[in-house]
Amino acid sequence: MALLEVNDLTVSFYTQEGVVTAVDNLSYTIERGEKFGVVGESGAGKSVTALSLLRLIESPGEIESGEILLDGDNLLEMTTEEIRQIRGNRIGMIFQDAQTALNPVYTVGEQISEAIRHHLEYDSEDARERSIELLDQVGIPDAENRYSDYPHEFSGGMQQRAVIAMALSCDPDVLIADEPTTALDVTTEAKILSLLEELTDEFDTAIQLITHDLGVVAELCDRVMVMYAGQAVEKAPVEELYYDPKHPYTVGLMSSIPRVGDDSDRLRTIPGAMPDLIDTPPGCSFHPRCPYAEEACTRTEPGMITTGDGANGSQQSARCLEYTNDLQHGLGFDVTIDDDLSERVRGEQHE
Amino acid sequence: MSTERGRIQISGFDTDGIEDQDSLDAWSESEADELESRWRKIVSSIVRDRLALGGFAVVAVMSLAALLSQPISVGGFTIQPFSIVPYDPTQTGVGARYAAPSLSHPMGTDRLGRDLFSRVVTGGRYSISIGLIVTALAATFGVIYGSISGYFGGRVDEVLMRILDVVFAFPGLVLALILVALFGGGFWPLVGAFALVGWATYARIIRGEILKVKQNEYVMAAKALGARDRSVIFRHVIPNAIAPVIVQATLSIGTVVIGVAALGFLGLGFDPGTPEWGTILDAESDTLATGAGGTWDWWATVFPGLMIFLFVMSMNIIGDAVNDALDAQVDDIGGGG
Amino acid sequence: MSLQKFILKRILASVPVLFGVSVVTFALMHITPGDIVDQLVAANPNVPSHEAARLRREFGLDQPVWVQYLDWMQGVLTGDFGEVYSSSRDVSAVVLARLPETIALGLFGWVFAILIAIPGGIYAAVNKDQLGDTVSRFVALSGISIPNFWLGLMLMAVFAVQLDWFPTLDPQTSLLSPSMLWWLILPGVTIGTAAAANMMRIMRTSMAEELNKEYVTAARAKGLPERTVILKHVLRNSLISVTTVAAFLTASIVAGSVVVETVFGWPGLGRELIDAVHLREINLILAITLFTGFFIVLANLLADIVYALLDPRIRDEY
Repeated sequence: MALLEVNDLTVSFYTQEGVVTAVDNLSYTIERGEKFGVVGESGAGKSVTALSLLRLIESPGEIESGEILLDGDNLLEMTTEEIRQIRGNRIGMIFQDAQTALNPVYTVGEQISEAIRHHLEYDSEDARERSIELLDQVGIPDAENRYSDYPHEFSGGMQQRAVIAMALSCDPDVLIADEPTTALDVTTEAKILSLLEELTDEFDTAIQLITHDLGVVAELCDRVMVMYAGQAVEKAPVEELYYDPKHPYTVGLMSSIPRVGDDSDRLRTIPGAMPDLIDTPPGCSFHPRCPYAEEACTRTEPGMITTGDGANGSQQSARCLEYTNDLQHGLGFDVTIDDDLSERVRGEQHE
Repeated sequence: MSTERGRIQISGFDTDGIEDQDSLDAWSESEADELESRWRKIVSSIVRDRLALGGFAVVAVMSLAALLSQPISVGGFTIQPFSIVPYDPTQTGVGARYAAPSLSHPMGTDRLGRDLFSRVVTGGRYSISIGLIVTALAATFGVIYGSISGYFGGRVDEVLMRILDVVFAFPGLVLALILVALFGGGFWPLVGAFALVGWATYARIIRGEILKVKQNEYVMAAKALGARDRSVIFRHVIPNAIAPVIVQATLSIGTVVIGVAALGFLGLGFDPGTPEWGTILDAESDTLATGAGGTWDWWATVFPGLMIFLFVMSMNIIGDAVNDALDAQVDDIGGGG
Repeated sequence: MSLQKFILKRILASVPVLFGVSVVTFALMHITPGDIVDQLVAANPNVPSHEAARLRREFGLDQPVWVQYLDWMQGVLTGDFGEVYSSSRDVSAVVLARLPETIALGLFGWVFAILIAIPGGIYAAVNKDQLGDTVSRFVALSGISIPNFWLGLMLMAVFAVQLDWFPTLDPQTSLLSPSMLWWLILPGVTIGTAAAANMMRIMRTSMAEELNKEYVTAARAKGLPERTVILKHVLRNSLISVTTVAAFLTASIVAGSVVVETVFGWPGLGRELIDAVHLREINLILAITLFTGFFIVLANLLADIVYALLDPRIRDEY
């Protein structure tokens, strides 16, 4: 049995302008200890998915249907008291912006130990000790003294480390990291990512890493889900996603990553923007931005089709009419692996 | 990944055929359009708010009734000939002393047999007009003062703000009371006293807003293009910072109305017998002390106070609606990933 | 920077304001048309002009303004505010006798305001845009809109005169006796109503704003009970905004004391000020005005200190 299983999750926001379906019939699974990436532009429903796992969707948002199974228990059917026992205890959460996720008026140490006291029923002295240990583990120097510092006395990178310590404080089964490095500079980003990798390996914690950055996914994840307009458009092991992407949106995301030594004279981006989630286009929601869109795409909504088995036996699937043979002209993209170029780039860097 | 299996190169993802729908309208909206649509939004959101409309109706009716209650003449020349109240508000003995509300005297009569309804309707004149004039004066001066302080910053700001601190050290009503006590009462002295007390709040608000707006790009751009300070303040900074001032102005009309009535109640500001709300209350407050079980001529104190309350409450409801309308601009829906 | 250093800095920053307060108060006395001697002469036209000149010399009114100011300040700093013309008592003695009455009333009003405003604000923010919020918003608006003198009159008419639940007029017991509470309730509620309503609105706004912040989601994601999230995490942050207006609310209570003491015949400084105004007791008016200004500056200072205690970021900014 999978550790976490999300089935047909639908989350809507009832706004003045209309009903926004932020997450639309989403299904995925995460295995014990697995590193699962969720990729997409902002507004794709990644954060809403993450908050749904903890049932932290607030009015005017509502989880409409579906189930979220943690070790087979449906989180959506639990009482408030039961779900509180899950939050922070079995599912930990790392937020995008550590600075706003930390309460400015309490010490960093207090904010870590309050969860430990609450869930593990430690007394304050033991909780303090464990918190200092955690701060030390996430690489905060002089943790003993830093325990009683306020968040504003920490640098951005240290704040994110503290938030990671907070999320790991009760040794959760799953760690949800919502764009954990977006607010950080590149060097700090790399350090935080390797810290996450190290710690999740050490504690055998599964991680759901949410990001809009394919590079981050490449570095850390085993399996990836690409989201667009509240739906999963492609699910694949990370290698397959990169070397054999199936969905045009995935391809678009990849071609918009700027690269050193790229010959093309301009940066290719996907034109247009994510559709209005109140009034999603008929058929495939990506068709207005898809270079391969045909008439069929505006009429038929594609289903999630398994396109093949990946290296580790995990499946690759995509939501595109191409795989039900409904496209007349097919998808005209090509992925080539250019060894020479990579040699050249590496060579340049070494000089 | 690319270091393991080589570089990924994507070809054939040709997006030239797709229209770039969004990039066009993001640039077309100029600063002026944005301001204008913002104000239109505010007005429409106030109109939608039924409570605010009710408040507005009350304020309009009370102001109009006060204006038309008795003829107004300036320098012997009558500029407002209407007289809609049934009795002359200062005429004594139009009914029995302390007559209970009846058809001929809807709010009863006072200790001298004057018609309370006529007095109370006319009474709006003093408080409401003082409230409006004071707010206009105080807001104008405060905005100029605060703009100078916020825009120039540095030493100027430091000194001007210290002066503000001193003004804020006196509770408005106490300072107004002392000014009236020292310089005498009457319409214009009251206007002067409350204006002298009231401007400081506007100055503080506009300064804070200007400090925020100053950081905006278009102001920096205007300065970089060599616009003069005065034109930058008046053309760019104030229109953008004025919204909270309007909220404050709406709310402060009510405050001044209460303040004027309070001074009237304390026996300062107007001659006894003037049909001003606070002064009426002062004159009639002894009707309370009729003792337990005695008859209480409640109308003499209930109606004048109720009029103040009704007017100020309506004003505050309007202010609240304006405030909400302005806030609605920054409210965001919490969806999306 | 340490808290002590912060406090010291704030105290030093208050000094120019206090100086400004004294200058304004002194100036009020001097821009009044006619000085004390003119008034005495007006009251008694038989005074010969050389007598008036002698009085001017005696009061120091022939000196330059700044010398007069220094003289006056010297008196003020040694507690000498002159005497009350009509009773020949020391102004400072009168002020000191009335002060505890006003403090008791103001304190009661403050406590009443806090007891209403904090829970009310929390309730409204947590139930934002629901019926409870709308009702409490209406109640708060009414509290702000109701003139305190009229509220006082109505409370007195209904609860003291008609129902006879509370005593009226001059309290006859000592300030510290428990039965004093009965005298305090009606004027205390009257004086605290506007402050309560104002504070409740501020509390609601700031709490609603704080509730939208990510640290609240983070606290919930830790699995803390909602009570802890609200009362520990959100409350302390929202109280910070309340303290920034605390001094302003103190000023409204001080202003309220003038009116409310007159309505209820409370023997405090506020009523004394009104009496002084009617009798044109300049020395007394100035002393009370100066005292009010000093008190508000002090309240500001206290609010800043509480602010720094609540918000660790502020201490470091200075």
